[in-house]
Amino acid sequence: MTAPVAPLRSSSRFAADPGLLPWCALAVLTALCLLLKAELPWLVNFPKEWTLPLAAYVNAATDAVVAIIQPAFRALSAMLDAPMRGARLALAWLPWPAAMLAVAVLALKSSGERLAIFAVLTLAYILLAGYWPQSMNTLALVLLAVPISIVLGFALGVLGYARPRLRPVLLGALDLMQTVPAFAYLIPLLLLFGFGPVVGLIASAIYATPPMVRNTMLGLERVPAAISEAGLMSGCTRRQQFWQVEVPTALPQLLVGFNQTTMAALSMVIVAAIIGGFEDIGWEVLSSMRKAEFGQSILSGLVIALLAILIDRLTIGFARGPETGPTRGMRWMTPRRLVLSLAIALALALAIRFAAPDATLLPETGLRMEMGAVNQWLLGTVRDYAWFFDGVRNAVLYCLLLPLRVGISGSATPAIWGFALSPAAVTTYSALILAAAGLALRGFGWHAALAVLAAGLILYTGFLGLPWPIFILAIALLAGQVAGYRLGLFALAGFTLILVNGLWPQLVQSLYLCTLAVLLCLLVGGALGTWAAHSDRVSRILKPICDALQTMPQFVFLIPALMFFKVGEFTALIAIMLYAIVPPIRYVEHGLRHVRADVVEAVEQMGATPMQTLLQAKLPLALPVVMLGLNQTIMAALSMLAIAALVGTRDLGQAVYVALGKADAGMGLIAGLSIAFLAILADRLIQAAVARSTRA
Amino acid sequence: MNAASRPIKLACRNVWKVYGRRPAYYFDSRGYVIDPDALAERLRAEAHLPAVVDASFEVATGEIFVIMGLSGSGKSTLVRCLSRLVEPSAGEILLDGKNLLQASGKELIELRRHAMGMVFQNFGLLPHLTVLDNVAFPLKIQGKPAKEREARAREMISLVGLEGRETSFPHELSGGQQQRVGIARSLAVGPELWFLDEPFSALDPLIRRQMQDEFLRLQRMLKKTIIFITHDIAEAFRLADRLAIMRAGKIVQIGRPADIVLNPADDYVAQFTEDMPLLRVITAGDIATPANGAALPERTIAADTSLEALIPQLASGVAAFTVPGTGGSPPAVLDAAAVLAVLEREQARRTRS
Repeated sequence: MTAPVAPLRSSSRFAADPGLLPWCALAVLTALCLLLKAELPWLVNFPKEWTLPLAAYVNAATDAVVAIIQPAFRALSAMLDAPMRGARLALAWLPWPAAMLAVAVLALKSSGERLAIFAVLTLAYILLAGYWPQSMNTLALVLLAVPISIVLGFALGVLGYARPRLRPVLLGALDLMQTVPAFAYLIPLLLLFGFGPVVGLIASAIYATPPMVRNTMLGLERVPAAISEAGLMSGCTRRQQFWQVEVPTALPQLLVGFNQTTMAALSMVIVAAIIGGFEDIGWEVLSSMRKAEFGQSILSGLVIALLAILIDRLTIGFARGPETGPTRGMRWMTPRRLVLSLAIALALALAIRFAAPDATLLPETGLRMEMGAVNQWLLGTVRDYAWFFDGVRNAVLYCLLLPLRVGISGSATPAIWGFALSPAAVTTYSALILAAAGLALRGFGWHAALAVLAAGLILYTGFLGLPWPIFILAIALLAGQVAGYRLGLFALAGFTLILVNGLWPQLVQSLYLCTLAVLLCLLVGGALGTWAAHSDRVSRILKPICDALQTMPQFVFLIPALMFFKVGEFTALIAIMLYAIVPPIRYVEHGLRHVRADVVEAVEQMGATPMQTLLQAKLPLALPVVMLGLNQTIMAALSMLAIAALVGTRDLGQAVYVALGKADAGMGLIAGLSIAFLAILADRLIQAAVARSTRA
Repeated sequence: MNAASRPIKLACRNVWKVYGRRPAYYFDSRGYVIDPDALAERLRAEAHLPAVVDASFEVATGEIFVIMGLSGSGKSTLVRCLSRLVEPSAGEILLDGKNLLQASGKELIELRRHAMGMVFQNFGLLPHLTVLDNVAFPLKIQGKPAKEREARAREMISLVGLEGRETSFPHELSGGQQQRVGIARSLAVGPELWFLDEPFSALDPLIRRQMQDEFLRLQRMLKKTIIFITHDIAEAFRLADRLAIMRAGKIVQIGRPADIVLNPADDYVAQFTEDMPLLRVITAGDIATPANGAALPERTIAADTSLEALIPQLASGVAAFTVPGTGGSPPAVLDAAAVLAVLEREQARRTRS
């Protein structure tokens, strides 16, 4: 902004801001499109004839490439098969008392007595529920995938640390690896490696590598200057400096990477059951869900949840001890005693196997046999209270989902809302929106007014009825203005690619589902986070719930949603929300609690009420942190999209899932990349917005 | 305390450190006499940051040379240039007469392993090693056998008075204790040249005072050649044999503490040293005059006694002192009038400000 413009701007800031002009043009175009909608239907529905058979090209290319390189990958597959078989046999061989002792000892060393007790109880539950062999099979895959990811991730992280020029490429690749749904690359993996658990292993290794890379880079970068200089002044060679100074100093961060990698691998091993199980716990959940045996799916889902929490606490405990310092149990468990205890566990295993070589030692029936009755009871309960769940579902469906999807123009019919959309109603609605926009303009400037207008328009036409040229141009313009023309071009290119591939309807479905889920998460999670920020008790109650929700593999969230609300969009919404609600709670609480105390004191001293303090001081100051939470929420919602496809949606996730069923590598990849594109676009947009707001 | 009589350990000649896009561009023409101020001005105008501007000084063996300046004055960069943690843009650094800047990577590692030790403001202790292992770390890097390095480390730990804390980890120690570990570690290889980069700045004032005493005690025993960086003027005057004052990358004055308070080079230095009490900074040796064969007074005092300590004796009626010469120079005489002249000057400074 040059100096002469400034006074102009303050006198009439709407007219002078050059950013407003393109939006005015766009508004005119929108009006034109809406008027012409009836005559030119292609404005809303992108015609099938115009789509490019890109997916077919990709398939042709993939087939050709696969034909050439398949033997090499099949060989790799065979190579990986042996250690996998070995790991499974070893875990199957291990008698449960020995396994329990070993895990309990490790838990004691990692986080103290409470985790040790939790570990024993978890394993006992798995044993009694009759899922021991399946759990061991799942763990065998995790045990193999994690070292691959750790070694690969560490190497890539070191590369990124040592060669800053490679970092942008590396970070871009990591973004893709984490945002393309795993279902999408399961297809080419299937083609390359053939059918079998190896594919799950490879997919897990790919999915679990990025956290290790990121944490490696972060840890090495954060080595304090004084420590690395002290190393240099001690006369370290480059190699000594790296292995004896930098890596040990970065170790806590590397262990955080280890924790995240393990959790990602576990999550993906379970999801990979979708391409065909092999007696693992993910398959148990999936098959019992498909058979509508809710009792069993809850039992097996609980196994996954408990296992996830146990592994998480176990690995994070090694990265950082409890805040109150090591407990008595942790101090007692010296490294020497740890080794001794593990040796005892091994000796116990050998002794048991020597005495009883073939006994499984597993309980004969397990809880599972009792499940018939529980199943009946659960189904009965759900049936008895069906009026309640159906009521909730229908209320949300008709009042929220439907208007958003097809718009007020579509859903306001006598059959649904009890009245038709008369010209008078349309006029009233327009007047209301315009009035709201006018208020926003006065109060908050033209950005807010524009947002109100856009929301009013979307609500009127619905996501599905919005003309695509308007949509693409609006997002590209927004991206260009917030984050620079490069992101604008990126948005334009991405949306155009989705359009010409004939995925527009799915994209719109995804957008509407995600937008709704994110908005609801922000509303509910934000309220909970605010409450937790002001009440230590609420914070104490919410923390373990958030922890548990966040460690849970995505798959698990489908079980309760499906049980109460049956297959459908609403169920998907609930599942997405369950997974995506943690970031807003966490970030809002953290943001509000860490607002600079001196500012809050100054505002309170002026005589602000608690509500004024919250709305006018704390929330605006916490905004950058809250925006980061929003970013995480969007990422979580998008990544859950592919999983939620299992309960019946019509979005991009479903496109990936269908492609997986048809082994259509091209369509799977394109739909998967579309989801990744949305995620990356949202991420860059929000980061740019945060950077702008913190700079200003 | 005659520095000139001892051999020069470290010499720094026209050292520059410039950050920016093309720092080398400004120093490619050898043989030109460059005007430092003009060049620094030009560098700033052309989006470069001259962190060290034409620094030149010499440090004699066994001397405590303090570099003082406010934060951002380039003192930490300068000390890093001396150890080549930061590569200077131009100039020469002579260690025992050999140009340090021409040392190869291998030679540099050897020098750091044996000839230099460094203490850092934020301690720089390795968080995963115990006190003992931290102190032994430089020896481990050299591949010394475990027994030898443990013995040496224990010796160093007792030198700094940390016996009994050998198995503690850094995060279990207080700041003062952590810096003792840092000192022990930097001395473990027995270096002749000792860099201390604001070693006591992160400590509480009381602990800082205690550590300064400790440092002086160590130096009386060890007689290292010391480059000591600080932003604390009281600390600088307390510890220094000679000190250099830096401002915006440039050394504005070098001299003994008494020289600097008595003859500040410019207004900046004068303002800077305004609050330093003259009587405490100036020692008997600074203002004693040669006896020239006259009779020596019977009361004798050491050359490094501060004038402040003489006041009670003057009050009890002593009119003059003998100050024995150091390094073979003849004894000198200090009479009450000279002390009173300083007192008068101090009075004048007070009323002016």
